[in-house]
Amino acid sequence: MSDLSINFAGIKAPNPFWLASAPPTNSGYQIMKAFDQGWGGAVWKTLGVPVINVSSRYGGLDYRGTRMMGFNNIELITDRPLKDNLKEIEEVKKHFPDHAVIASLMVETREEWHQIVRDVENAGADGLELNFGCPHGMCERGMGSAVGQEPEVIKMIVGWVKEVAKTPVIVKLTPNITDITVAGLASVQGGGDAISLINTIQSIIGVDIDNFVSYPNVGGESTNGGYCGPAVKPIALNMLKNCAQHPYINLPISGIGGIENWKDAVEYILLGAGSVQVCTAVMHYGFGIIREMIAGLEQYMDQKGFKTIDDMVGKALPKIKTWENLNLNHKVVAEINNSKCIECQLCYTACEDGAHQAIGINKEETRVPYIIEENCVGCNLCSLVCPVEGCITMKRKDNGKEVITWKEKTMAGDVPTTFDDERAGGAGHHVPKPADALKK
Amino acid sequence: MSEFVRPLSKEEFEENFSQIKPIMNDTEAYLESSRCLFCYDAPCVTACPSGIDIPLFIRQINTKNITGAAKTIYEANYLGNTCGKVCPTEVLCEGACVFNHQNVKPLEIGRLQSFSTTNAIERGVELCYVREDKNKKVAIIGAGPSGISCACELRKEGFEVDIYEAKSQPSGLALHGVAPYKITNKEVLTEMNYLKNQFGYKVLYNTPIDSKDKITALEAKYDAIFIGVGLGKSKSISIKGETNINVYGAVEFIEKLKLQHQEVFLGKKAIVLGGGNTAMDAASECARMGVGSVVLAYRGSEKYMSAYAFEYDLAKAVGVKGLFNTLPVEILEEKGKLVGVRFINTAYENGELVAISGTEFIEECDMVIMATGQSKKVDFLAWIDHLSLDKESRIEVNEKFQTTNKKYFAAGDAVNGGAEVVNAVSDAKRAAQEIKVYLSK
Repeated sequence: MSDLSINFAGIKAPNPFWLASAPPTNSGYQIMKAFDQGWGGAVWKTLGVPVINVSSRYGGLDYRGTRMMGFNNIELITDRPLKDNLKEIEEVKKHFPDHAVIASLMVETREEWHQIVRDVENAGADGLELNFGCPHGMCERGMGSAVGQEPEVIKMIVGWVKEVAKTPVIVKLTPNITDITVAGLASVQGGGDAISLINTIQSIIGVDIDNFVSYPNVGGESTNGGYCGPAVKPIALNMLKNCAQHPYINLPISGIGGIENWKDAVEYILLGAGSVQVCTAVMHYGFGIIREMIAGLEQYMDQKGFKTIDDMVGKALPKIKTWENLNLNHKVVAEINNSKCIECQLCYTACEDGAHQAIGINKEETRVPYIIEENCVGCNLCSLVCPVEGCITMKRKDNGKEVITWKEKTMAGDVPTTFDDERAGGAGHHVPKPADALKK
Repeated sequence: MSEFVRPLSKEEFEENFSQIKPIMNDTEAYLESSRCLFCYDAPCVTACPSGIDIPLFIRQINTKNITGAAKTIYEANYLGNTCGKVCPTEVLCEGACVFNHQNVKPLEIGRLQSFSTTNAIERGVELCYVREDKNKKVAIIGAGPSGISCACELRKEGFEVDIYEAKSQPSGLALHGVAPYKITNKEVLTEMNYLKNQFGYKVLYNTPIDSKDKITALEAKYDAIFIGVGLGKSKSISIKGETNINVYGAVEFIEKLKLQHQEVFLGKKAIVLGGGNTAMDAASECARMGVGSVVLAYRGSEKYMSAYAFEYDLAKAVGVKGLFNTLPVEILEEKGKLVGVRFINTAYENGELVAISGTEFIEECDMVIMATGQSKKVDFLAWIDHLSLDKESRIEVNEKFQTTNKKYFAAGDAVNGGAEVVNAVSDAKRAAQEIKVYLSK
């Protein structure tokens, strides 16, 4: 039986599923409810400088019948008095001593940082998360992502916090930066104990085309917000990989961004996350989603023979390489399983218009398309658009033996060098004549 | 046993005849439209006799361009709303949906079509620009699906159009012949009204063209004439007792039911003779009217019925019992009262259906509906000079829907012998284009 418990940079929790610092962790009531349902930890909604919020605050991005595949907010940090939050932290810890309660913090001066760190630690917080990520509102006041975008400031503030902190310090990074590892490295240099990523991505979620105002609408006007939800997962995974593979960022990483089910969590863990944080999915479906997440993770671990979360962390990292180290000789081509094909011809039109004209149709006989193998570059597009599971698969065509990479070829002096070099990959590859496009 | 109790009020009638394809709400339409794969060269379009660009209008619904969706539909099919509800989509667009290959429920194309067109009709969306007046007049005989479709297309092209209709309301069989659970009278008439307002053709109701003189007068007044008269009364099958007062022609029975609803009084046990879609409708309607026992008697075997399988399924679902290989010999009367039908069993011998002697039996009943086909309007057609009919008395037309009398064009049931509303609508639209060519010479 797998053991889901973790020790993340010294913060212990019964499982790696934490609530991210956000509206679901606005109060002790919500966090107690979440713990009761099975969540392993919670990062308290950011405590810090006083704010006033606007309404409305959220916008959703729907896609073909799916609500909120992307989500954006312009809500600020907690607008509740600090003393109320501290009292509630104490109460939560009393009821749930073994669960992780992490205080997210955002203040301005060194004195304020010192004071608030002492306050939350006295209230019983198991760890601290420094909010250097919020990309709306707070950044205009020089906090949040305004800090996260300045490595020197990150280093300085982490240093201030470490001067007094007795509990582990997690630095939450903003993705609104060219290279997130620069911020990760600054966190290391400042003495941080862990990093968490990503915070939300600066965004305009959409525009009300009748009234010429973007969402969310605040009295006929709007502002940019922070983007999150399932749509941001690929961006977050890449930033996670970048930090996890970085030779000098040897800190535990808490993964955040679009995690909604056990499978998302596994992906994060395989790319180096020691815990995962969830917000949008809870705002959409409530705390109850934890049942599926825990059950799914346990089953996966049992199936794969992982005893602990640590056994899994970073398992997929060694296979992510730079492009120049990929095998140029690896060759796959698409294969259509005729008996599974439902004849929608989406693969045909996708390949024809969007790729390499390597799928044909024969109107007279059947609607099942066929692969023109010599034109197929093995790009995968057809199998991605195919609505039938397992109908189009990519079949390996190389001998599987000789591996040659761009890097090796470069070193051997065997790469195309001029624009018309015949050694370029596409030289001689079939493309129809331009005028063929107009044939009816 | 049928589970329906005889409806006594308007509400009870509507409950018994509740719509099998009710209008979707916004959410349902959005979610359903989200399922569409947007196939390349989509089979649903190929399967639609009117060639509606189905993936396009579904995509328009999905992007909340409902007006655009309705326009896409009406561009191809002027009875877009009616067709969405009455088309046998199971064997047309929805039957061709690629999801069927995967045993996934096909897209509810008919209901999506009705959804967007209903929405457009309710908002009075302007459909099209009527072109400059061509100073040519066309008469249309019959305000059924073909006549209305032809009228819309001709008006769009700038011709003046008068429709002569014998009855007091438009839409022909769409109103008088389609089963009430497929579409309500109100829905049919609302679309008719919408089209008339949009296209501005004139309909002269209660104006039958019922004499040679009237034909001559039309010919003098109009530059071209379109015949959209459909079919005539139910056909006799010449058996003893068929003139009994409780023997109904299916077409007449359905029309009466459509117009009088719960006011129609029926018996306790009905036998419907026939195996076509009209027979299925008549049988279903009897059952929904609370007729305790409804038997559908077909002379051949079940698989040879011309009705669509889903139509027979609909009838069975409301309690109709099928009786196959049974040929009616005589309708039995006692003191003028209908008491049953004498049948004889049949079998196929060398592909021919033959009665098996000594197998006669009597099935009791107190009413009989003959759904054994409709007659052609041969008397009317005979008044038109040089108009040829084929051996089944259908109007002969060339590929341009032009009859052997060059001034006359025709489409719909009078030409195809009885098909779907969508066939009539589609052919008549094409006929209108040919009339345009004819008149521009």
